[in-house]
Amino acid sequence: MNAPLLNVSGLQAWYGESHVLHGVDLHVSEGEMICILGRNGMGKTTTLRTIMGILRKRSGRINFAGQDMISVPLHRTARAGLGFIPEERGIFATLSVEENLMLPPKVAEGGMSVEEIYDLFPNLKERRTSPGTKLSGGEQQMLALARILRTGARCLLLDEPTEGLAPVIIQAIGEVLVKLKQRGMTVVLVEQNFRFAAKVADRFYLMDHGRMIADFPVADLPQQMDMLHRELGV
Amino acid sequence: MAGKSEPISGEHIAIHPKAGQIQLALLVLALAVAVLAPQFLYPIFLMKLLAFALFASAFNLLLGYTGLLSFGHATFFGGAAYFTAHAVKIWGWSPEAGLLLGVLGAAALGLVMGAIAIRRQGIYFAMITLALSQMFFFFCLQASFTHGEDGIQSVPRGHLFGVIDLNDTMNMYYFVLAVFVLGLVVIWRFVNSPFGMILKSIRENEQRAVSLGYSVARYKLGAFVMSAALAGLAGGLKALIFQFATLTDVAWQMSGEVILMTLLGGIGTLAGPIFGAGLVVTLQNYLATSDFPVTIITGIVFMVCVLLFRRGLVGEFFASKLGRRLGFRAQS
Amino acid sequence: MTMIFGIPLQALMGQLLVGLINGSFYALLSLGLAVIFGLLRVINFAHGAQYMLGAFVALLLLTVGGINYWFALILAPLIVGLFAAAIERSMLSRLYKLDPLYGLLFTFGLALAIEGTFRYFYGASGKPYAAPPQLSGAVNLGFMFLPIYRGWVVVASLAVCIAVWLLIEKTKLGAYLRAATENPVLVQAFGVNVPLLLTLTYALGAGLAAFAGVLAAPIYQVSPLMGSNLIIIVFAVVVVGGMGSILGAIVTGYLLGVVEGLTKVFYPEASNIVIFVIMAIVLILRPAGLFGKEA
Repeated sequence: MNAPLLNVSGLQAWYGESHVLHGVDLHVSEGEMICILGRNGMGKTTTLRTIMGILRKRSGRINFAGQDMISVPLHRTARAGLGFIPEERGIFATLSVEENLMLPPKVAEGGMSVEEIYDLFPNLKERRTSPGTKLSGGEQQMLALARILRTGARCLLLDEPTEGLAPVIIQAIGEVLVKLKQRGMTVVLVEQNFRFAAKVADRFYLMDHGRMIADFPVADLPQQMDMLHRELGV
Repeated sequence: MAGKSEPISGEHIAIHPKAGQIQLALLVLALAVAVLAPQFLYPIFLMKLLAFALFASAFNLLLGYTGLLSFGHATFFGGAAYFTAHAVKIWGWSPEAGLLLGVLGAAALGLVMGAIAIRRQGIYFAMITLALSQMFFFFCLQASFTHGEDGIQSVPRGHLFGVIDLNDTMNMYYFVLAVFVLGLVVIWRFVNSPFGMILKSIRENEQRAVSLGYSVARYKLGAFVMSAALAGLAGGLKALIFQFATLTDVAWQMSGEVILMTLLGGIGTLAGPIFGAGLVVTLQNYLATSDFPVTIITGIVFMVCVLLFRRGLVGEFFASKLGRRLGFRAQS
Repeated sequence: MTMIFGIPLQALMGQLLVGLINGSFYALLSLGLAVIFGLLRVINFAHGAQYMLGAFVALLLLTVGGINYWFALILAPLIVGLFAAAIERSMLSRLYKLDPLYGLLFTFGLALAIEGTFRYFYGASGKPYAAPPQLSGAVNLGFMFLPIYRGWVVVASLAVCIAVWLLIEKTKLGAYLRAATENPVLVQAFGVNVPLLLTLTYALGAGLAAFAGVLAAPIYQVSPLMGSNLIIIVFAVVVVGGMGSILGAIVTGYLLGVVEGLTKVFYPEASNIVIFVIMAIVLILRPAGLFGKEA
């Protein structure tokens, strides 16, 4: 097996004085889509924010494409090829849809062209001159995704893309993720909705109190159901 | 502002068992120094120092205990100086009545400025107080009773309660010292009163104070008026000490000076503004004989304070091991 | 002679022009303050000092280097912007995580230090700076004589205000700026060098102030204290306009300049304080300011 594209080991992080990640280990291979499951407040979002470098009080190892990322400044993380899509989507109200789409600088060749993006998300094309936050929740999520696809990032850190959305839109997002997978995109997905995740992810991590407590491929999902129900409280 | 953003972390330090007695001893020592000081130093310099120390303490009452940064306190200081000077010189009032008028006048100005300024918070509050105080400056420039650029000159000190001749420098000094101590006691009582406690809780968490049903705006306004009145007491004193009241006292530079004194000494400490005022007044005296402009030093000290020691001198001492061992705490 | 409300038309127009010129400076300065505040959350008290620096740099360029007004109009903002960038990088940037009041206090100290230094070396009195020969003289508009330089000031400041507005609203850099105003961390996570953007923004604001200073040099005299009283008026302008809107800052600047000019005609005693009075009224009726959004 090839060396993983993203390899995280012993990652610790703090919010001020409070210690929130207690040694997270995870790895993703090129083209793989993994999903981090866990209850609220277990550190899933924090893991993404720490890998990205938004949370600066951190220690441990983050290796991305052969580069040690732990001391890289935030604005260089994206340049290395990591794309971040926050839970709250981060659509800018004072920017039009198109300005939102064009905002993140290109970090590498191989990103989608604007035409390809508009083909994939026809709604965005129709509404490209309206302010970003006038879009519906689903459209905002699409825009948040589209925005990163244009940059040529090799690995997406995708935080709860289905949160608060209608089933039909969740389905559409699932289709987009499948297409991305076909294009060879690497994705770290944080998701509460594991039925959704089961359709797209290759492998699962289960997170509890700032640590990974389980790691299994999608094929093992049926055997893990009881444990998941217990841990996630669904 | 103040201590909130500068948490004192690190290991726990046990308070010295006799900390209370040591604090009391320091207080007595300070009083003794104040009583004996005119034997060794120029009384007029000491009186100036006391007046500015009171002014800075009044200012700190607002900034240190409610977190409101006023950039317009010159209005209360200088306004009261005019009122007191006018009352004793033109109307022939006794000095204590003149001072009282200064205090009341400053409180009235504080009520007006405060009522407008507390409609916004933080830096807006600072800008609004600055603008309103500039308006008052222009008013003083044009009003007839202030005598414009000349100011009110040769203000008589008169006889305190009709008996004690304040033209005697020592009498005047002890009168100023008494007023100063009185002002500090008022501040101390105010800060530790239930009103002061509510102010503290507003500063720490305004939303919570609102949800507890406190009328935050009224408490802020109350603190603002209180601070203005005490700044007025200092301004009135200043008019009697120097026997004049001029535009300098109402100019924005004066507002900046009192901020510097408080910042330098330590925001939110009772002793900080006094030390800060002492340092600034000493520095001004020292530079008065050279042609080197004070503003350069003032500006640099401001920048250094903000960048390097935001707790101020006294605040840093309180946060040090020795200070904590002696039981000192900022904003107590 | 034509009279309007018992005032000679010529006097009215003259004061209107004075108002428009003051308004030009208010607009340029409050625009710079608003741009800086939007991104850095710092009220730049040194804005008046930077305006003064602009005028002084122009004067020094002329007297020491023999560099004329037109080059000074470009060079002075660049020099002052560079100076501001150095200050931002080395000192101001350390304060962003603290209460914004510290930024105000720091820049206040900076203003005092700069003004004190110039006062020490050049004295408090004003020094004349001649308008360029191309812009001297006046034209007869029929109802009044318009000094050409004054007309130029109004046109130049308006053009620069519009250019800055277009820069912010219509360009990629402006989109970064607007986005970083909303959510700097996310913009930085996208790969934009936000710390550099902050430095550039501070330099831009200071450069605008310096530009205003060069424009002002031939009208008012060049003196170390020319900015210190002006900045307080500009604060009031910014409070009236509300800091949230770039266009609001520009419009309020011109508007209040004109109102001040008219006050000089109808009630001269109040002309010094009319802007402050308007500020008080606006705060009572609409605390967020005319163009402000927050409650």
